[in-house]
Parts: sequence; C-alpha cells; structure tokens
Amino acid sequence: MISYWALLSARFRSLLQYRSAAIAGAVTQVFWGLIRVMIFEAFYRSSTQPQPMNIQDVTTYIWLSQAFLILIPWSLDVDLRNLIRTGGVGYELVRPVDLYTYWYTRAIAGHTAPVALRVVPIILFAAAFMSLQPPASIVAAASFVITLIAAVLLSSAITTFLNITMLWTISGEGVAIIMRAFVNAFSGILVPLPLFPEWSQPMMNLLPFKGIIDTPFRLYMGHIPAQELPIHLAHQLIWIAIMILLGRWILARGLRKLVVQGG
Amino acid sequence: MMLDSIRLYGRYIETSVKSQMQYRASYAMMTFGHLIQSGLEFIAILLLFDRFGNLEGWQLYEVAFLHGLVNISFAIADGATRGFDSFGNMVKSGDFDRLLTRPRSTALQIAGHELTLRRIVRLTQGIAILLWASLALDIAWTVPNLLLLLAAISGGAALFAGLVILQATLAFWTTETLEIMNTVTYGGLETTQYPMPIYRSWFRRFFTLVVPLACVSYFPAVAIMGITDPLGSPLWFQYISPVIGIIFLIVSLQIWKIGVRYYLSTGS
Repeated sequence: MISYWALLSARFRSLLQYRSAAIAGAVTQVFWGLIRVMIFEAFYRSSTQPQPMNIQDVTTYIWLSQAFLILIPWSLDVDLRNLIRTGGVGYELVRPVDLYTYWYTRAIAGHTAPVALRVVPIILFAAAFMSLQPPASIVAAASFVITLIAAVLLSSAITTFLNITMLWTISGEGVAIIMRAFVNAFSGILVPLPLFPEWSQPMMNLLPFKGIIDTPFRLYMGHIPAQELPIHLAHQLIWIAIMILLGRWILARGLRKLVVQGG
Repeated sequence: MMLDSIRLYGRYIETSVKSQMQYRASYAMMTFGHLIQSGLEFIAILLLFDRFGNLEGWQLYEVAFLHGLVNISFAIADGATRGFDSFGNMVKSGDFDRLLTRPRSTALQIAGHELTLRRIVRLTQGIAILLWASLALDIAWTVPNLLLLLAAISGGAALFAGLVILQATLAFWTTETLEIMNTVTYGGLETTQYPMPIYRSWFRRFFTLVVPLACVSYFPAVAIMGITDPLGSPLWFQYISPVIGIIFLIVSLQIWKIGVRYYLSTGS
C-alpha cells in the first residue's frame, strides 16, 4: 500500500509541474464555458415551456463541468503508450508491484493533479462573474464531495481500461476515440443529462457515464435530493467494480500474449 | 513550380496514409469512432431543438446550414494543415532544422507532414448536413448563391488554416504549441455553428473584427438563405465578407515567414 501511495504522490507532483499549461487550460475552459452558457441562455429565451432543469442550474452545471473537465476519461496515458511502443513495458512487468494497481494509481493521479490546478481559478472566476451558484446546502455539498471521489475512481478505472487496450492496438487511439464519443454524448458534458428526452432517461440511468459528472453536479445543486445519495453512489460503485474487473481480466489476457516491441 | 509543389504535397499525403495503415485495426476503429463522435455532436443540436423548438426565432435547418458550412471549412483547413499541430515538438527536438535544408517551402513541408484521413469523416458529414438543410430550406441554387457558398467555404478554410499557422508560429518563440489558441480554433468552430445574434455583443465583435470567423460563416450564410440579418449588416458586405478569410491567411503566412527568419534552433 505504501508503495502505491508513493507512486501516486510522485506522479501527482510531476504533473503539477505543468503550471503554465494549467493556466492556459483554465483560460480555454472559461472561454468554452462562456460559449456554452450563451448558447443555452439563448435556447431558454426561446421557449416558455417549463424545463426539467432551470437555466440557473444549467449554468452551474456548465461551469462545474468546465472546472472538472479533467475528470472525464478522454485521453490515454501518453507515457504508457510510448512504453508499449518502444518495448519499455517489459520493465513495467519486472516491478515488484501489481501491474493493474500500478496503472490504476497512475490514472488516479492523472485525473486529480490537473483538476487540482484548474478547479480553484475556474470556480472562483465563475462564482465571481458568471453566476455559478453555491451548493444547495451543506448536505448537498457533502454528497457532492463523496460522489466526486467516486467519480475520480470511476473515471480512472475507465482510463486504465483504455490504457490496457493499447496492448492490442499499440496506438490505442481507436478504442479511445469510440469511448470518447460515448463519454461526450452520455456524461452530460455536451447537453446536461436532465435535458435529454424522457424516453432516454432509463438508459442514461443505467449507463456508467452519468456517474462521472452528472451525479455529483446534480447533488451539488440539489437537483437530485441528498436523500437519494445512496442509490446514486451505489450506481457509481457498481460501475467502478465492473470496470476494474474488466480491466484486470483483459490485462491478464494481454500479458499472456504480450510481445515486447523493439529493443 | 506550383504544379511541382502540388505533386509533392500529394506524395506527402500518400506516405502519411501508408504509415497510418500500418496500424490497421486501430485505424478502422478510429474512423468509426470519429463517425459516431461527430454524429453524436450533431444529435445534441437536434436534441436541443426538439426540446426548445427554436433558437431565438432561428429554425433547426438554418442552424444546420451554418453547422454544415463551418464544418466543411474546418475539415478542409484541418486536413491541409495537420502537420502544424505537432509543430511544437518539431521545434523542441530540432527536427525543424532538417526542413530548412530542403529546397522547398517550409510551410508546404509541414502541411504535408501528416494527414489524418479521419478529417474526411467531418467533411462528408458537413456536406451531407449542408445538403439536407438547403433542401429543407428550399434554397435557390442560382449562380450568385453557388459562388457565394464556394467563397464562404474557401474563405473559411483559409481563415482556419491561418489560425493554425499562427498558432504554430508562436512555437518559434515559446517552443510549445499553445493550447490557448484552441479557444479561437475549436471555440470558433463551436461558436459559428450558431447564428451570431444569440451571443453578447462584445463576443460577436471579437469573432467579427479580431478573429473574423463570422465573416466566412454567418454573414455569407444569411445572404444565401435569403434572411434579413437581424444585426443589420448590408447585403454587399455579406457578399464580400469571405474575402477577409483569404486576407487573414496571407497575413498569417507573412508572419510565419518572419518566424522562420528569427528561428533559433534548440540544437538538440
């Protein structure tokens, strides 16, 4: 356990080095958030029908998703890809640690370090100038934090799964892009999930993607009442377990047929 | 010389496609992935129109027309300038020095550096949506309208290409390809898929005067669709506005040349 903790903190610290990239990223995301808020405001001005989510909540949803964008399992671990391409993955195998746990730890660091750098500036800016609302209540804030931690674990399990598929396709982009398309569509990043048509809601509730940002954000604003925390947390935990088991299984299969490239 | 350059560019593209085909399974999945990705992005627009009915008076087909138009321009520009994307690495590793020794323009060599066929997915989808929208809108394809459409597409492609080149030029000084420029390229793409009047005025002005993307999408599009611009732009302006995209590209290439002149190798 101590060795994984050391790995986590080393990776975390090395990712924290990219500070100018983080500032650029924060500016990009503020800009992006602005565009999306303006588009949704225009849509809300166009219809007098009551909607499943009001514009204030949508605005908060958009700003939170910009702040926590790195939570989304979008990209592969570039360092790991190079290891697999060059054959360096052989060294990974001789390390005295469980390979899955090691890669999973890396993924957790990958999803938390950049968030740590970007969250504060974006949240501050959005709260000060862009009508990001505070959490609905203290209980809502606590439920938000709990589900956010689960979201990190879920995202990291998906990322690790994607990383492992690189053992087959080498460049790995193929699987990652398909996954990215689904994540984009069904996590709520493009359109908040409550605005999806009524008939698609049961499917959204089943898929793992709502556990990434939708669950924590809606608890934050009280759109999901805090009493419902257990069922939403259970949904996240079940999918974390499934993704980890799946990842472990394909990793075992991948290592059985692993051919180390190059020399 | 011009013809020779085009032939050389063709060769670059050919080798790039060949090298990507080495990872065949990944390549097939990538194409498929991009297909559903851009498809789902459009479905998001359909979904919003389904829920809200209209966008401040703009109908689905009018937005779809804009969406198709800017995606076509973007796909062409992106396909033609892909190599500039990894330009930061080229400067960092000193690989750019090699290009300087060759008797061809540096811009051409980089443009041909890598073409990902997946851009064709975006292009095809853009054309399909544009056709679908223009049929639904019953646009009269008269000669002036067709010419204006072609001008808007070329102007748009030129402008996006200019932005990518500017972004790469900055790498001469920073040795990093700056993520911040993505706000105007990808952010601009997102912005111009919707009609300009829905945005706040400072934002509209930014995309008309600073990064003139509205001039190659919104303004010519309202002229083609025969809509009176709620922003009050005159018809003659809507007709000449795509030229601004070409001017933007020319200026960007000049700045690129200045960058090459001041280039100092990192020497590694």
